[in-house]
Amino acid sequence: MINPKDIHISSVIKKLLTGITGLSLVMFLIAHLIGNLTLFAGPEVFNAYAQFLHHFMHGMFIRFAEIGLLGMFLIHIWSAVSVQMSKKKARPSRYAVEADAGGASKKTFHSLNMLVSGGIILLFVLVHLNHFKYADHEAIGTMRLSNGVEAFNAYKLVVGSFQANFGYVLFYMLAMAVLCSHLMHGIWSAFQSIGFTRPSTLPYLNLAGKAIAIALALGFFLLPLLIFMMRGTFDPNLGPETIRHAANHFLPLLAG
Amino acid sequence: MKVNLRIWRQPGPHAPGRLVDYSIDGIDPSQSFLEMLDALNEKLIKEGKEPVAFESDCREGICGNCGLVINGVAHGPKAACTTCEVRMRQFEDGQTITVEPFRAKAFPMIKDLVVNRSAFDRIMSKGGFVAVNSGSAQDANLQPIHKDDAEHAMDAAACIGCGACVAACPNASASLFVGAKVSQYTWLPQGKVERHGRVLKMVKQMDAEGFGDCSNHAECEAACPKEISVSNISRMRREYTKALLAGV
Ligand code: HEM
Ligand code: FES
Repeated sequence: MINPKDIHISSVIKKLLTGITGLSLVMFLIAHLIGNLTLFAGPEVFNAYAQFLHHFMHGMFIRFAEIGLLGMFLIHIWSAVSVQMSKKKARPSRYAVEADAGGASKKTFHSLNMLVSGGIILLFVLVHLNHFKYADHEAIGTMRLSNGVEAFNAYKLVVGSFQANFGYVLFYMLAMAVLCSHLMHGIWSAFQSIGFTRPSTLPYLNLAGKAIAIALALGFFLLPLLIFMMRGTFDPNLGPETIRHAANHFLPLLAG
Repeated sequence: MKVNLRIWRQPGPHAPGRLVDYSIDGIDPSQSFLEMLDALNEKLIKEGKEPVAFESDCREGICGNCGLVINGVAHGPKAACTTCEVRMRQFEDGQTITVEPFRAKAFPMIKDLVVNRSAFDRIMSKGGFVAVNSGSAQDANLQPIHKDDAEHAMDAAACIGCGACVAACPNASASLFVGAKVSQYTWLPQGKVERHGRVLKMVKQMDAEGFGDCSNHAECEAACPKEISVSNISRMRREYTKALLAGV
């Protein structure tokens, strides 16, 4: 028996929203990273993958995914920022001496700077979308896939961008370091926020959160760097006739 | 032993406060922190000065009255201890010790090191009880309760309401206190009856009191003299979600 008067947009609801949206964004990142690994398989596979994403369910899939992501992002920013805003009001006079109690505390550099790392991620996402999503598609051109379909040459855009300028690679690597910091606290925190942690699982979720954060950020960190360094494997001008050439570079890599 | 103290002095709720330096000699290392403050106050009274106002009652770690922030840590340097349980041997001879009150908007200043923690009482009045008839003492033994559940309930019920979680939290959030109180009842059959209304009402009062929101730093658990786990906060959120779903 609950009284509707007892329900309001509470601090707990804000945490639930921050956690749910944060975890959804993490799941998107995992899918995004796995998708990006097709870059290693050469232009044919990567372009076919991009083509598939854009035409799956007559293009409805990507539309829904984009709207969902935008919604997640906006809700995440609203709820997370409003959690952070509460702290100044709740402690108007600061301590003269601030120290850590140690022990069970999970207070770290990462947890204290979520707003800063989040803000940098937001800037990064804007630059990233501007560069890749809203790139001049005409200028990049298309590529004929082996099934005869004329697909946008996303491979050329991605590989070309990272090979053109090491500064761009560096920018990505820095942004991914910041993402790592956000998620070092973020992933375990989200499990805690949605009420998933229990006394027995808490230490493991904390550890798993850090492991996922490092693995995810490292993946996105290494991709641009490898593309820049392995110019023989990642050639933006590869056409279908030279795919075998790319495969020849890629397969020995896999073997060892 | 001798210690140098920097103590927050504030004559009243709206008067400006500041840290004032004191120095006291002849302290026995086995004395408690509060006994050291008693000695300081005797000295101040003899000198015709205003003694330092601080709170204490049981002086054995069960009433939760004595909370102070000592060198930036709520309840001082020793884990799982209230301020009254801290001994002077935990400090170096000649050390400078900064003593401040628990700082939070929801804990308004009264004087010096004393703050008003009745916000916790108002939260308790919204659901920190069982209103159903739970029988007499012997009836408790007729209710089969799993050993683990009883242990979890007891761990949460160990909260003495001292407010160290709020004092230690970078956001001045009371989530650990409310989490512990909500958990304590939901583990037990007597508390389950009113579980949905309880969590909604207690959280609503917590927000109304002006505590900050939680960022999961878990600094509260580290400062808690009863080592109450932040998994109780997770449980409170789970209870809250269940209450919302029950309302749909
Ligand atoms: C790819 C993008 C992002 C991912 C994967 C992500 C992930 C997360 C996760 C998992 C959490 C923990 C949730 C919780 O504590 O309940 C979190 C918290 C937070 N995020 Fe993000 N985030 C992203 C972008 C952003 C952006 C753009 C901002 C904006 C300013 C932001 C600000 C914050 C803040 C301030 C918190 C801490 C909230 C608190 O104090 O509890 N995040 N994020
Ligand atoms: S005086 Fe009672 S807990 Fe310290």
